[in-house]
Amino acid sequence: MANRINMRDRYKHMTRLGWETSYQPMEKVFPYDRYEGIKVNDWNEWEDPFRMTMDSYWKYQGEKEKKLYAIMDAFSQSNGHLNISDARYVNALKLFLQGVSPLEYQAHRGFARQGRHFTGEGARVACQMQSLDELRHVQTQVHGMSQYNKFFDGFHEFPWWHDRVWYLSVPKSFFDDANSAGPFEFMVAIGFSFEYVLTNLLFVPFMSGAAYNGDMSTVTFGFSAQSDEARHMTLGLQAMQFMLEQHEDNVPIVQRWIDKWLWRGYKVLSLVSAMMDYMLPESPMSWKEAWEMYFEENGGALFNDLARYGITVPSYAEICAKEKDHLSHQVWGILYNHTAAAAMHTWVPDDAKMNWLSEKYPDTFDKYYRPRFEYWRDQEEAGNRYYSQTLPLVCQTCQIPMGFTEIEDPTLVAYRTTEYSGDKYHFCSDPCMKIFTDEPEKFCQAWMPPQQIFQGNCGGEGLPAVLEHYKFNLGADNMDYAGSPDETNWNKWKGLDGAGDGQVKAS
Amino acid sequence: MHIDIKAKEVKPIRHTYSHIARRFGEDRPATRYQEAVLDLQPVDNFHYRPTWQPDKELYDPTRTAITMEDWYKFLDPRQFYYGNYTMARAAQQASADKNFEFVEKRNLLALVPAAAKETIVDFIVPLRHYEWGANMNNYQICAMGYGASITSAAAMHGSDRLGNAQYITRIALALSDNDPAILDTGLSDWTDKDVWQGLRKVVEDSLVVDDWFELFVAQNLAMDGIVHELFFEHLEQKLNESGAATYSMLTEFIVNWKTEASRWVDSQIAIAVEENAANAALVKGWYKKWFEAAQRAVAPLADAAFDNGSEVMANVTRTLEVRAAKVGAAA
Ligand SMILES: [Fe+2]
Ligand SMILES: [Fe+2]
Ligand SMILES: [Zn+2]
Repeated sequence: MANRINMRDRYKHMTRLGWETSYQPMEKVFPYDRYEGIKVNDWNEWEDPFRMTMDSYWKYQGEKEKKLYAIMDAFSQSNGHLNISDARYVNALKLFLQGVSPLEYQAHRGFARQGRHFTGEGARVACQMQSLDELRHVQTQVHGMSQYNKFFDGFHEFPWWHDRVWYLSVPKSFFDDANSAGPFEFMVAIGFSFEYVLTNLLFVPFMSGAAYNGDMSTVTFGFSAQSDEARHMTLGLQAMQFMLEQHEDNVPIVQRWIDKWLWRGYKVLSLVSAMMDYMLPESPMSWKEAWEMYFEENGGALFNDLARYGITVPSYAEICAKEKDHLSHQVWGILYNHTAAAAMHTWVPDDAKMNWLSEKYPDTFDKYYRPRFEYWRDQEEAGNRYYSQTLPLVCQTCQIPMGFTEIEDPTLVAYRTTEYSGDKYHFCSDPCMKIFTDEPEKFCQAWMPPQQIFQGNCGGEGLPAVLEHYKFNLGADNMDYAGSPDETNWNKWKGLDGAGDGQVKAS
Repeated sequence: MHIDIKAKEVKPIRHTYSHIARRFGEDRPATRYQEAVLDLQPVDNFHYRPTWQPDKELYDPTRTAITMEDWYKFLDPRQFYYGNYTMARAAQQASADKNFEFVEKRNLLALVPAAAKETIVDFIVPLRHYEWGANMNNYQICAMGYGASITSAAAMHGSDRLGNAQYITRIALALSDNDPAILDTGLSDWTDKDVWQGLRKVVEDSLVVDDWFELFVAQNLAMDGIVHELFFEHLEQKLNESGAATYSMLTEFIVNWKTEASRWVDSQIAIAVEENAANAALVKGWYKKWFEAAQRAVAPLADAAFDNGSEVMANVTRTLEVRAAKVGAAA
């Protein structure tokens, strides 16, 4: 009876719902997708390989959610948090909820905007679905961590912290940058650079870290989200190819965005590098190994593919290649020094961890970093644990405190300076300065934590006023792991406090 | 070693996130809905002005003229977060799927009288584009709105509207034995046929509204209140009476959705109106403007679809006026 209709045509009928407006001009209905200079000849060339209609979306996503929440419920009923390797591990989750989950929210809103404002319907439908997915990610993460929040410090004010605590300015400014950009740059920033190129360096470390450290809740939401990422990666690549294929004038614009956004992403990931190498009691792989596998190998293959459009690997890839031996150690050092003002705990790595680091970083760890950590350990043992009372200068672009060294001399902290409109701006690196000089009118606006504190916009003068403004529970959310309530509670629950009750295990 | 320790040993140190406890005025357990939406949107210390709207912050309460002491008063009576939203829709789409399967397998649409079929082609199929406009407007509300509770629900509502457009597309293809020409006709009716031009104009006018809460009132209360009431209540009933009962099996999703979604729409508007007198005046003004425009635009469609079009239109507007009065939007 019925005429057959192939899936491709069917999907087209299901999504090509727009029309050329005439009572209102198209430029007024879609006001935002021309000012960046990207030329589009034919929006119909946008292909969505997933061809998901809303009903199938609801069906698959609803099934995934059902399974996910069943596991989360079981996790909290059985106090699954007691099965993790060690309470130090929980600091990786704190960093995630404070620094990453709010970005999922920002992605939800950003994709909603593109989902309304791209002129092409295919692009809009794909962005809308990703917008919903990103809402899923932030909400499942908040729900997943809800159990940890009930038993550990460092989670309970995550939205408040994301808006103000200094190190969270790193991820926040990254996403504010993307969301304040036009829709095409947003797609290169988030859809391509982040979702396609860098996502593995963010999610794999967290999720495999969770698996290695017995955190079933995080493993489950991680894997469940991963099934959405396949769609997101495809969208990111599709957006890139679309821009590159529509007009050759688009190529240099896209190249500049790729250069900017891979560097911006790389700098955000430096926090992840410290998490991987220092926070995880059991480490599945080092930052260096992850960088080599997910950026140098996978990214290399990708850039080979893009070469036919005239796209090249960013020139700073060399810097990253050299920096991979240093990055995590320097970032952990920064966090360790400033833990008084951070909603997480730090510690000096123990001997086993330092030996592991020597093995993973044979060229640098023993030479530059082990002596530093051993010195800090001696100081701690002598009762001289030093917490920095002030914030150092931070980079105007990436907002990380100046602590990265010159590529040719790992003992020399790198500084770059430029002037704009009569003011001086400081940078951690050449690529960060280049990003600024390309868009000084944007980056001069950045909300810089040290300057804001100095101007009295963060509660007042001095660390105590700032920490009160941050709503920290002093000595619980911040400072060392040693002596923290996290440690005390953990030892009590696990029977490690010598109270003789034995070990509590998740049932 | 597994020793049973009394539960008292592993006591929570708090029951929910502190920003939620602050709202409660005490630390007590929150629902999944509350943890999923409250305070999720960034509010302070934005780094850069949007290049697409440099006079505003990235998230800015002044993208609407209404004001709220607390934007999280806009709670969803359905308490939808992503998880229970997709699970609820998955169940509804499963039932819709069964209906489509039932009808298509038995070729029941063949039993629908020709005149009724023609009515569906003339008056339901072009609504694909109306729903698409509603999809755009609700994503606009999500993108430009303020506070994670109303904006997340708007994204879901926007996707629901795409779902509606797709259900109408399926009905059309089922009617035409998969001949896509039926969709082309629907599109050309929408863009060119006189009787649809009034409604298309209202939709296009709504697409350029700057104030997102005005847009909420225009689309979700005024325009939908007339369009959905006319086509998915009155015309639905007429089709039923003229032997197209099968068709009602295929619109079940949309008809049920409409009842559920209006609960959310009405509650949001009532919340804005109750907040302060200035909001109430704004909402009333917007409602009047868009209600009148929609009413004028839809009247010719009612005349074309019904012998007693003006009587039906009077019924439709009366129903909406009662609803609008209830939420404080009517003058
Ligand atoms: Fe995500
Ligand atoms: Fe994603
Ligand atoms: Zn920098």
